[in-house]
Amino acid sequence: MKMQSVVAIIRPSKLETVKDALVQIGVNGITVTEARGHGRQKGHTEVYRGREYAVDLLPKIRIETVVAESLSNQVVNTIIAAARTGEIGDGKIFIYDVADAIRIRNEQRGESAL
Amino acid sequence: MRRPICKTFFVLLAFAAAGNAALAQAPAAPLAVSNADNAWMLISSALVLMMTGPGLALFYSGLVRKKNVLATMMQSFAMMAIISLLWAVLSFSLAFDSGTSFIGGLHHLFLHGVGLQPDADYGNTISLQTFMIYQLMFAIITPALITGAFAERMKFSAMAVFLSLWSLVVYAPMAHMVWGKGGMLNAALGGRFPTLDFAGGTVVHITSGVSALMCALYLGKRLGYPQEKMAPHSLVLSFIGACLLWVGWFGFNAGSALAAGTLATSAFVSTHFAAAAAALSWAAAEWIFKGKPSALGGISGAVAGLVAVTPAAGFVTPMSGIVIGLITGVFCYFMVVVVKNKFGYDDSLDAFGVHGAGGTLGAILTGIFASSAINPIFKDAAGNPLPSGGLEGNWHQLGNQFAGIAIAWIISIVGTLVLLKLVDLTIGLRVSNAAETEGLDISQHGEEGYDWAT
Repeated sequence: MKMQSVVAIIRPSKLETVKDALVQIGVNGITVTEARGHGRQKGHTEVYRGREYAVDLLPKIRIETVVAESLSNQVVNTIIAAARTGEIGDGKIFIYDVADAIRIRNEQRGESAL
Repeated sequence: MRRPICKTFFVLLAFAAAGNAALAQAPAAPLAVSNADNAWMLISSALVLMMTGPGLALFYSGLVRKKNVLATMMQSFAMMAIISLLWAVLSFSLAFDSGTSFIGGLHHLFLHGVGLQPDADYGNTISLQTFMIYQLMFAIITPALITGAFAERMKFSAMAVFLSLWSLVVYAPMAHMVWGKGGMLNAALGGRFPTLDFAGGTVVHITSGVSALMCALYLGKRLGYPQEKMAPHSLVLSFIGACLLWVGWFGFNAGSALAAGTLATSAFVSTHFAAAAAALSWAAAEWIFKGKPSALGGISGAVAGLVAVTPAAGFVTPMSGIVIGLITGVFCYFMVVVVKNKFGYDDSLDAFGVHGAGGTLGAILTGIFASSAINPIFKDAAGNPLPSGGLEGNWHQLGNQFAGIAIAWIISIVGTLVLLKLVDLTIGLRVSNAAETEGLDISQHGEEGYDWAT
């Protein structure tokens, strides 16, 4: 069985919604990282005692989950539905093929390790 | 026990309050410790220590980058240890023993003669030891304030040696001149140029602020300044620190009454209102010129207001306190945001812009707003109060204020530059470029403030 990794860069404010939606469709494990980055979204300006700094790396959340290939479309659609606001800065989703998965505790491999 | 001649204005005030001006010729009052006064002064001492640690340590360390958070805290904390021992051995004597009009003598070396009885000239209802420990807390925070100017680039060893010498060469003479017996600026004990400085506008803030500017100029800019982003790493720490400073300042200013009476109330009230007014005016200036009222602006304004009211507290009315605060918030905003950036010096945490500029402005405003109704510090031969400040008609006092300001600026500039040169030639002031890039936490102390792995 093939597996795929779905990596979504989303707005920090959408983390809870996306996480709940993924649990709803039966995604067992996710890894969440705080990230900084930018796409087409412009940054903002911060001012500290008159010194202005252009902040072009904005705070984002990176969610990664590995699922059976058959499920990955549903996962993508779920993330899109939960994370979209329609404004610039909603983020991106990347899909990768995964060669294998191993559960460290008992060395199970493949989909049963997910 | 020192000579029993009671000339302190606190005694005079007590008699004036009792409506008994005839007694103001100061008979040899019995010197006894008042437990109430003594208790207030011990609490005030603790409050002023709290201003340095954690107050100033948090305020400053939040403004630096992550890699320097501990080193910045350590600079303040080191003063708590080093200056304390210096004070016990030598500097209390240099500041407060009667000596010349410039510096005290050596009779109090190793706290010799600093007992539990009062000294008529240093708070005649509190133990001299209480006075000594209270003044120590001022001696601690003053050099700690300077660390804001050379943050993120000075060797720990050089910092410790430089600030120790500074407290002997600049602080002790200045404290002696303004507050010590025989000091030439002492308004309470008949100095030649009686400068009104209730809680240390000249002694603490002008000296530290002007010395800070000298440090920034001598050391040069941090690597990458001003091109690289050097934003505060945690304004949350700075916010907590600033609020602790505000609370601690009641010990600083109201405690400077050296008694728990109504003069302390006056100082407490004007201090509080000045802080509130300056917080508002700095943030308002920011709102108008930069579009948003920032948290950093609010707390910086509060500290600036507290600085400016330091010499004035205990001499001015609550309403004058508000006016002083409003003026200072805008003035220090201008110094920090416009003047610093125009000249390009790297006073990293604005020790000069807030303490030097605010302290100088406060000393001038004190000469204008001082009120004899709040504190009849000047008396005629018959003991009747004379006008204090300019608004009461005593514009001559502004001359005395400028004398105090000039002496504080000169001793700070000369003393600081000489000591910096000395330490630079022997130890070296700056860390290496590699150490500065790595951060002072690791390069100077072998630690990190925030360890992500645990």
